[in-house]
Amino acid sequence: MILFNLFWSFFKIGLFSFGGGYAVIPLIQTQVVYNNNWLTQSEFTDLITISQMTPGPIAINSSTFVGIRVAGLSGAIIATLGCVLPSCIIMCLLAWLYFKYKHVDMVQGILKSLRPLIIALIASAGISIFTLSIWREGNISLNPSDIDFISIILFSLALISLRKTKFNPILIMLSCGLIRFLYFFIYK
Amino acid sequence: MRKNLNTYIILFTSTFYLSAVTFGGGFVIIPLMKKKFSDDLKWIEKDELLNLVAIAQSAPGSVAVNSSILIGYRVCGVLGALITILGTVLPPLIILSTISLFYKSFSQNVIVSTILDGMQAGVAAVIIDVVINMGQDIFKEKEKLSILLMIITFILSHFFKISVIYLLIICIAIGALKTYLNTKRKEKK
Repeated sequence: MILFNLFWSFFKIGLFSFGGGYAVIPLIQTQVVYNNNWLTQSEFTDLITISQMTPGPIAINSSTFVGIRVAGLSGAIIATLGCVLPSCIIMCLLAWLYFKYKHVDMVQGILKSLRPLIIALIASAGISIFTLSIWREGNISLNPSDIDFISIILFSLALISLRKTKFNPILIMLSCGLIRFLYFFIYK
Repeated sequence: MRKNLNTYIILFTSTFYLSAVTFGGGFVIIPLMKKKFSDDLKWIEKDELLNLVAIAQSAPGSVAVNSSILIGYRVCGVLGALITILGTVLPPLIILSTISLFYKSFSQNVIVSTILDGMQAGVAAVIIDVVINMGQDIFKEKEKLSILLMIITFILSHFFKISVIYLLIICIAIGALKTYLNTKRKEKK
């Protein structure tokens, strides 16, 4: 029964999480903290912190985290399955429609006007992460004590190597982490 | 469509690898997918990838998972979708299962947090780099409507925090209206 509850709750989270990212948090909170008491509020806050520190979408991370605490590994797998099942069904359906009708003018026209939006959304995500890495405390000002200068240097070096060299972006991201780690241990 | 064991293996390993290194969630994975599937493997054209991301964003679920499913479907049909979904979901499943065992010490670990702080700057650079490339493509098309849409939706989303759902509806409506007017104009001629 507990496995079914896990599956059903995360199925609903997967089905209603429009917009992605942080928009999903209240939805997960309702299911996990208020409706089912699987996590306390403070455990839920920990979950969000961990989600930000690890790869993977918040909804999937929550499925695993909650599932494993409630019913062990099988709970984690069932909850994750419930969470991705709506995506899987809806996406296969939309993909089928897209490949069938992608040459229709109307579909082309709509997709063409969605492209600028997708670029804008990616830009917005990038700038949010940029400001977060430069102004760690959240006060955006020109006051030197608020600015993280290592981040500015790392960002500039990374951007230059991305645009001028053929280094793998993943390698560049990991190097940034490593450089900061080395700096931290040499100077502090 | 390609259907052989080798393709399945590449699909699985690529999505597994991308999902395992995508810190920062959501849109971070798109630039990496573009590099892998359209620049390196040349399986999907850049414009088509953007179409797929647009579809992924218009449906419930996370953009990363939805985009992977669409890429899998595009390359190998439903089986491809199942393979990419497995590849995308396994890394968080494994990582979170491990971390949930000792999560207090993980989230307070100085080494982990310093490395992640550094990676954040790198992640920002990766995203900005792709935005510059894609933005240039839009400007090169010299279509005023696209450029205008890009700038306005950016401002609405970034500064006014307008929900993605409304922006999607607006763009779909504008696209539909424009196509309708274009076909009308052609009919008159």
